[in-house]
Amino acid sequence: MKVIVPVKRVLDYNVKPRVKADGTGVDLANVKMSMNPFDEIAVEEAIRLKDKGVTEIVVVSIGEQKSQETLRTALAMGADRAILIVSEEKVEPLGVAKLLKAIVDEEKPDLVILGKQAIDDDNNQTGQMLAGLLGVGQATFASKVELTSDSVTVTREVDGGAETETLTLPAIITVDLRLNEPRYASLPNIMKAKSKPMAQKTAADYGVDIAPRLTTLKVVEPAKRSAGVKVADVDELVTKLKAMGVAK
Amino acid sequence: MKTLVWVEHDGATVKDATLAVVTAASQLGEVHLIVAGQGVDAVAAEAAKIAGVGKVHVADDAAYAHALAENVAPLVVQLMADHDAVLFPATSGGKNIAPRVAALLDVMQISDILSVESEDTFTRPIYAGNAIATVQTKDAKKVITVRGTAFEKAATEGGSGTIEAVATTGDSGVSTYVGSEIATSERPELTSAKIIVSGGRALGSGEQFHALIDPLADKLGAGVGASRAAVDAGYAPNDYQVGQTGKIVAPEVYVAIGISGAIQHLAGMKDSKTIIAINKDEDAPIFQVADLGLVGDLFKIVPELTEKL
Repeated sequence: MKVIVPVKRVLDYNVKPRVKADGTGVDLANVKMSMNPFDEIAVEEAIRLKDKGVTEIVVVSIGEQKSQETLRTALAMGADRAILIVSEEKVEPLGVAKLLKAIVDEEKPDLVILGKQAIDDDNNQTGQMLAGLLGVGQATFASKVELTSDSVTVTREVDGGAETETLTLPAIITVDLRLNEPRYASLPNIMKAKSKPMAQKTAADYGVDIAPRLTTLKVVEPAKRSAGVKVADVDELVTKLKAMGVAK
Repeated sequence: MKTLVWVEHDGATVKDATLAVVTAASQLGEVHLIVAGQGVDAVAAEAAKIAGVGKVHVADDAAYAHALAENVAPLVVQLMADHDAVLFPATSGGKNIAPRVAALLDVMQISDILSVESEDTFTRPIYAGNAIATVQTKDAKKVITVRGTAFEKAATEGGSGTIEAVATTGDSGVSTYVGSEIATSERPELTSAKIIVSGGRALGSGEQFHALIDPLADKLGAGVGASRAAVDAGYAPNDYQVGQTGKIVAPEVYVAIGISGAIQHLAGMKDSKTIIAINKDEDAPIFQVADLGLVGDLFKIVPELTEKL
């Protein structure tokens, strides 16, 4: 059974993003970049499914040449081979979903496991779009995955609790935070990952139009909150709360 | 512009999140609704009363009973022949279906909008709310999800929508609903609560979380939330989580207890009207956004506060 895991190179989640003064975007020059945290969880889940019938894990990234690093990280975690679709321009979720569909048509995996959202554009779209384009089942926000030879049963995190669905394979899963704890790549595995195969492609190789549909007119910092006050004790807090009408 | 709003419901009543979406849709043009489900007459009748609503399209079929994206998306796509935009709440339900609809229409979705600037221009948060982008779409049909806390809720009375049955699109056959576990709570639902009391990892255990947070929340008639750290440590269930990856809330008052204020958490609550922080670390980032702060031991402060209120 083959699994494809798309991974994205994003600003490291610990770094506080800085909005560029000219309002064109967030400053990504000389800042630490990492694999999107949800994608790490997706890679980890694919690896854990290896003793449940998964025989090959292909990781895919779409983006600048430096995305190779992200793919090498996934290979060091335990993926078998990688495909990089090089695009120096940003590709929107719709374009990414179309490229992934082309890869799915070629590779014919049984499962595609994605992160539920990327922490840079916060879109939460790609997995659902891919499932729609392929006409296959989707299980988003997965917190538990049980795989059999022809179906997958997924517990999903939904507002108010959890929901379980069964999908016929092939299927698309997007993963939520609590699905698993991703492993760290060991030094020997990082070394080994250097010799694992990585194919380089372009969008044109797949005949996919990735022209953006959205134009970002400007990016600004959110309104700053005005500095508050510190109160000395509970009595003062209670007095203030009463003055605000929060407490009687 | 004719806009369609997907009505989120539990089979009996319209969920609050839908009301804010109606307000956003009304800024674009004529508002129609789609109520999909099984045995949804009561929901459709309630939806028709929402102020400003025109037609209410009703699709009553077992295939829509659990709002599976594979079945609902083709239904919405079918209705888009007569509509220019479709809006969904940015809830787990809306976020699941909307991008599938967008892909089937070959358009780029605009996620989690904060405002409608014009017919084709919207603002939305990126980087966990650390930046606000203004985006313009070139697509003829628009698929949008709406951040509920960014728009006023439409009135639930005063509307006179006409209810119309639509042709159903059947079951895709690729997915089956198995069951659900809904956490039961007597307290106000987080995303609509006026006051929220939220606990972090500093509470130390699930027992202490409930022993300290619950009585204070009850005193204030508040909903209870938690930071990711508290949820991951098992002190509170998943659906309590406030933050980039949990719920986005904007209550009148948000009380953060033992929460340091990591950017992922702030993304979920920094639009609250008043933020109150109780934390023993006076350098905790939460104090940079808090209107009222109290530095001290929460194990002493919280019981005292509960008693004095």
